[in-house]
Amino acid sequence: MLVHLRRAILTSLIFFVLLGLAYPLVETAIGQTFFSQTANGSLTSYGSTLIGQKWTGPKWFQGRPDSYNPMASGGTNLGPRSKQLVTDVKKQIALLKKEGITPTPDLVTTSGSGTDPDITPTDAYAQANAVAKARNLPIKVVDQLIAANTHQPQFGFLGSSYINVLQLNLALAKTK
Amino acid sequence: MNFALTVVALVVLLAIAWRYLGAYMVSVYQGKTKWLRVIEKPIYSIIGVDPEAEQSWQRYSISLIAFSGVAILISYLIFRLQGSLPLNPQHLPGVTPALAWNTAVSFVTNTNWQSYAGETTMSYLSQMGALAVQNFLSASAGIAIAIALIRGFSRKESKTIGNFWVDLVRGTLYVLLPVAFVAAIVFMAQGSLQTLAGPAHIHNILNGAKQTIPRGPVASQEVIKQFGTNGGGFFNANGASPFENPTGLTNLLSIALLLAIPVALTYVFGKMVGSLRQGVTILAVMTIIFASWVAIGTIAEHQPNPAISAAGLTHQPTGNMEGKEVRFGDTSSALYNVASTQTSTGSVDSANDSYNPMGGFATLTGMMLGEVSPGGVGSGLYTILLFAIITVFLSGLMIGRTPEYLGKKIQAKEVKLAALGVLVMPILVLILTAVASALPAGKAGAFNAGPHGFTEILYTFTSTANNNGSAFAGINSNTAFYNIAGSIAMLLGRFAIIIPTLALAGTLAAKNVVPTSLGTLKTDKPIFIGLTIGVIMIVGALTFFPAVSLGPIVEQLSHGKFF
Repeated sequence: MLVHLRRAILTSLIFFVLLGLAYPLVETAIGQTFFSQTANGSLTSYGSTLIGQKWTGPKWFQGRPDSYNPMASGGTNLGPRSKQLVTDVKKQIALLKKEGITPTPDLVTTSGSGTDPDITPTDAYAQANAVAKARNLPIKVVDQLIAANTHQPQFGFLGSSYINVLQLNLALAKTK
Repeated sequence: MNFALTVVALVVLLAIAWRYLGAYMVSVYQGKTKWLRVIEKPIYSIIGVDPEAEQSWQRYSISLIAFSGVAILISYLIFRLQGSLPLNPQHLPGVTPALAWNTAVSFVTNTNWQSYAGETTMSYLSQMGALAVQNFLSASAGIAIAIALIRGFSRKESKTIGNFWVDLVRGTLYVLLPVAFVAAIVFMAQGSLQTLAGPAHIHNILNGAKQTIPRGPVASQEVIKQFGTNGGGFFNANGASPFENPTGLTNLLSIALLLAIPVALTYVFGKMVGSLRQGVTILAVMTIIFASWVAIGTIAEHQPNPAISAAGLTHQPTGNMEGKEVRFGDTSSALYNVASTQTSTGSVDSANDSYNPMGGFATLTGMMLGEVSPGGVGSGLYTILLFAIITVFLSGLMIGRTPEYLGKKIQAKEVKLAALGVLVMPILVLILTAVASALPAGKAGAFNAGPHGFTEILYTFTSTANNNGSAFAGINSNTAFYNIAGSIAMLLGRFAIIIPTLALAGTLAAKNVVPTSLGTLKTDKPIFIGLTIGVIMIVGALTFFPAVSLGPIVEQLSHGKFF
C-alpha cells in the first residue's frame, strides 16, 4: 500500500508542475504574444466587446434585459412554468411598449451568461424607429447602421446572425 | 438548414476522430507511440514504475484508489489554502471546508459539479493547479479503466490487465495534452481569455456603465474541460460565457471535443478485440440513442417558452430564448447541452433550468440512461459494455444457451458484476432524491416552485451519481446537506462502478476463448444493436419513469398553470 501511496503522491506532483503550471503558462505566453487583444478580454476604452452593458434611454440601442454583472454570471434559472418569469416578462413588455419598441423574444428574455453582448438584427430593427426619433436621424441612416453592423452566422451556418450592441452604439455615437 | 449543416460538420469532425484519433489511441495504449518518451521515461523512473510490468485487477484497482485519494487530498488543500498561496490576484480567501471537499471529490471523479461560482471563489492557482489538473487526470483514469476492460476481452488466460500508472501517464501525455494544447490556441484566436492579470475595471462614459470584469487563464482550462468530458466552467455561466465560448465555431468545436474520445473509443474497442464490426455495433447503439435525444431536445427548445407566451408574447419564431445566448440560438444551444449530458461532461452553453419541459426531459433522461450515448471518456464505453453483457445474458436465457460475448463465456460471476455496475447509479439517484425531497434541508435547495423544483432536486442527484456535473442551476447546492450528499453520490457513482468493472476485466482476462459455433449469438449484427438499445431503455424506464413523471412530464402536461 505504501508503495502505491508514494507513487500517487509523486505522480500528482509531477502532473501539478506539467499540467497545472507549465501547460497553462505556455498557453498564456502564446496568447499574450499572438492574441493579446482577445486573450486579455477584448477590452476597449468603452468596455469589453464580449461583455454586454446596460444601455438605457431611447438614444441607444438596448441589449437583452440582463443583469450585466460579470462578477455574478449566469442565467435567471427561472423555469418555463415560473410565475416570476411571467411577471418579469410582462414588466419588460410594458417597458418596451412605453419606449415605442415592439417587443421581440430576445428583448424580453434574459441570456445564459447574464452578460449577452449581442442582439439579433430583428431586435435592432424593432428599436430603429425609437432611436431615429430620439436622435433626429433619418430612419434610413439607422437601418444602414444596423445592416453594416450585422454579423452573419460564422462560415455562413454556425450559430445565428447577431449584432454586437457596443459596436452598434459606438457606430451610432459617431453618426451626426 | 443552418442547423442541418452544423450537424453535418459535427459528423465529419467525429468521423475523423473515430478513425484517426481511434487508431492513434490504439497505438498509444499498446505502447507503440513514443514521440514524447523524453518526458515519459523520467516520470516512470521518478515514481518507480517498470513500464513493462503489468498488474492484476486488484493491484490496478488499488493503484487507482490510492491515486484518486491523494488527488482529492491535494486539491482539497489547495482550495483551503489558496488565500496564502501565489497566483491569487483576486485576493480570494480559502474555500470553506464542505465546499472544498465537495469540489475536490467532484473534479477527481470527473463530475465537475460546481456548488460555487468560479469568478468569486477560485484563485488562478486553484483553477490551474487543482481543477484543470484533475480535468486531465480524471479523464485519463477513466480511459484507462475502459482500456483495461477491453484488454479483459482481448486477452486469453492472462493474470494481468495492464499497468494503471503507465495507462494514466500515456493517456495524459499522448492523447489529452497535445489535443488540448492545439485546441486552446484556436479558442484564444476566437476570443477566449488567457491571462494571469486580475479583474479589469471599466467605466464607459457613453452610458455610465461600470463593471468589474473577471479574467484568468480560461482557454487552457476550457478545452480540456470539454475534451476530458469534465465540464466545470471557469466562470459560473460556464459555456454560455463569451470568454469561455465566444463564437459559433468554438461552440461547434466544444461539442466535437467532448464527443471525440467517447466516439473514438469504439474504434479502439473494435481494433483491440480484433473485429472493427464489434466496435461499429457499439457505436451504432450510441448513435441511435444520441440522435433520438438530440431530436427531442432541439425540437422542444425550438418551441415557444410557455411563460413568455403567457406574458403576452406568443410569437417566438426563434424558440425558447430564456437562458440562451443570441450568438448560438435555440437549436445549437440545445445540441450542446444534450451532447454534454449524454457524455459525462455537464458543461452548458445555456441554462438547463430555463429549458422547456421536454428540453429539460432530454438533458435529464440522457443521464438516466447511464451516460452510454456515447458517455464520458472511458466511462461511456465501459458502462455500455456492462449493458452488452446483460444483453447477451438475457438473449442467452431466451434461446437457452450459455451466453458468450467476444468469445468469452459469460457466467454467473460476470453477470453479477455487470448488473451491480448498472444498478449502482439508479439506486443512488432514487434514494438520495427521496431523502432530499423528504428533508427540509433538501427541499430548501429548490429554487423554482412546483414540479420544476422537484426536477431540480432529481437533476442534482442524477447529475452527481452519473459524474455528469450539469445542473438545473437554480438549486442552491452550496449547503452542508447538498455538498455532503452530492459527494457521496459522486464517489459511489464513480468507484462503485469502476471496481466491479475492473473485477470483470480481471475475470474475463483469465478466461480462455471459446470457438464460435452455429448457436453463438452474433454480437455484430443489427439484431444485437436493437437488443442492446432495448435493454438500456427498459432498465432506464423501469427505474426512472415514476420519478420523471413527477418532474418534466407533469410540467409538460400542466398546460396554462404557473407556479
